[in-house]
Amino acid sequence: MLKKIATAACAVLLGTLTACGSSGGQSGGSADDGKITMGFAQVGAESGWRTANTKSIQEAAAAAGIDLKFSDAQQKQENQIKAIRSYIQQKVDVIAFSPVVETGWDTVLLEAKRANIPVILTDRSIDSDDTSLYKTFLGSDFVEEGRKAGDWLVANTQGETNVVELQGTTGAAPAIDRKKGFEEKIAARPDIKIVATQTGDFTRSGGKQVMEAFLKSTPDIDVVYAHNDDMGLGAIEAIKAAGKVPGQDIRIITVDAVKDGMQALANGEINFIVECNPLLGGQLMDLAKKIVAGEEVPPRVVTEETTFTSEQAKAALPERKY
Amino acid sequence: MSRRLLWPVLALVALLLVNVFVTPSFLSLRMQDGHLFGSLVDILRNGAPTLLIALGMTLVIATRGIDLSVGAVAAIAGAVTCTHIAAGGDPFSGMAIALALCALMGLWNGFLVSVVGVQPIIATLVLMTAGRGIAMLITEGQIITVDNPAYRQIGAGFLVLPIAILISVAALVGVALVTRRTALGLLIESVGVNPEASRLAGVRSRTIIWTVYVFVALCSGVAGLMISSNVSAADANNAGLWIEMDAILAVVIGGTSLAGGRYSLTGTLLGALIIQTLTTTVYTIGVPPEVTLVFKAVVVLAVCLLQAPALSRALAPRRKVVLP
Repeated sequence: MLKKIATAACAVLLGTLTACGSSGGQSGGSADDGKITMGFAQVGAESGWRTANTKSIQEAAAAAGIDLKFSDAQQKQENQIKAIRSYIQQKVDVIAFSPVVETGWDTVLLEAKRANIPVILTDRSIDSDDTSLYKTFLGSDFVEEGRKAGDWLVANTQGETNVVELQGTTGAAPAIDRKKGFEEKIAARPDIKIVATQTGDFTRSGGKQVMEAFLKSTPDIDVVYAHNDDMGLGAIEAIKAAGKVPGQDIRIITVDAVKDGMQALANGEINFIVECNPLLGGQLMDLAKKIVAGEEVPPRVVTEETTFTSEQAKAALPERKY
Repeated sequence: MSRRLLWPVLALVALLLVNVFVTPSFLSLRMQDGHLFGSLVDILRNGAPTLLIALGMTLVIATRGIDLSVGAVAAIAGAVTCTHIAAGGDPFSGMAIALALCALMGLWNGFLVSVVGVQPIIATLVLMTAGRGIAMLITEGQIITVDNPAYRQIGAGFLVLPIAILISVAALVGVALVTRRTALGLLIESVGVNPEASRLAGVRSRTIIWTVYVFVALCSGVAGLMISSNVSAADANNAGLWIEMDAILAVVIGGTSLAGGRYSLTGTLLGALIIQTLTTTVYTIGVPPEVTLVFKAVVVLAVCLLQAPALSRALAPRRKVVLP
């Protein structure tokens, strides 16, 4: 424990030191050894999902023999822009990044385009009229995730069903789209009603607090639909404290499939999870190779994703990486 | 009750009435598995961390300081304890290490403010930014989930009433006794009014300032334990996020001036309860998430405006002038 704290402190110190001295001296770039160089600008390390995403990209690059230059933007757009500019100067073969925010990318991506460096967006998209700024966008289809959750509920419930919804951070793309997809599917069934919906900010304590209030203000809750596992896990705590059995008295559907969520699903406390896959490293490297080789790629590539029931979770859990 | 506390009390009652109006069962309590169960209990339990931090913040603000690092310190406390338990450690030693670390961070803040003389808002901004990074490094960016019945008690446990609120209220009573039954409260206020004059009058302002920063860090540490124990997990990114704002708001709603000097612990208690009731109200009456923040802002603005000297003078009944 203490060792960990000491390491953390040292890392902070080192971080500051290197930050001061990192203005010059970045050499390298694409040598003519035929090896592809990729510059990747990650959002940061804000969640377990993101760490798994980073690890997948690093491992896939090593496996595919691609030279990866990796930077962490710590959730700041200006850091990402700086990183992309430095990749352009280093003349990498391909740039990939997960945009922190949707807008403000036109200038820097235009610079990349002029330097003839293809750009791949991963996980999140950008909001720009000029689609020639990037080759392709590889990521999850959040609306489809909501639809999958809605489909499962429609197929697995009869009669009057009262649903409460725990939304993600207000205004975030996954929250908007997962809500939209879900509502689309349950619209066909007038007996399924969303009786209450609130934001739990994608966090466990948020999910717990909102669920506590719902349990008191809304009678007869049959189903909880949470936009991510963490809020679902919080809701489980609240349901237990109210003397009900999560997964039986109140059924729970979530999105993400991180390890803790899968564990709860295997234990029968969550009933259904729609996967949102962070392991897109393999697909990303394939796309990069194709683009560098001059092949055409589709402008939108959806991550390979599945859904889990309790039985499937039990089987998948031992190999779950994140 | 002093006039200053009239408006916060009215605001709290009004919020509760709105809830009762929308959900008639809002005030109902029942026993569930040997503990009280109801919306009021939720307000107390979820408000406990804010109350505890606001308590420490009251004393800091009374010395004309401010501590922005409380949320980060809370995140570190949860991160350290959960990582320790997840590594097979004992929860009590984990909490002890966490609180010792928090005290150390309080010493750092106090050092910067009282010895180096950095402005409190800047001095504590350092740890506000760095602290969350440290918490992330401790948890390696992951959410650490623990399954420990003893640790669960602090945030989610009950002795009829939630243990969390019992801890916070005990701390409140303790601080009230220590500062109001001795001269300590007066000394804190005097440092806030004029540190230099207090020093010349023989008050050890440096020690007092140092003490309040260590105290608020310890409060934040315990609050961080409550937050992480409540969900049996340490989330370095989100635990205690923006709680410094809630704590400062609670102090201000309670009528303590940010300019230092006089402070009111009862006011802070009311402020913390108002903030949590407001959050619960949003969920209970179903305010759409898009307008939640605006709704909260309007209520807070109303309370603060009503307390403003200019407005309260205008509203106060004119005293009859007695002619000689």
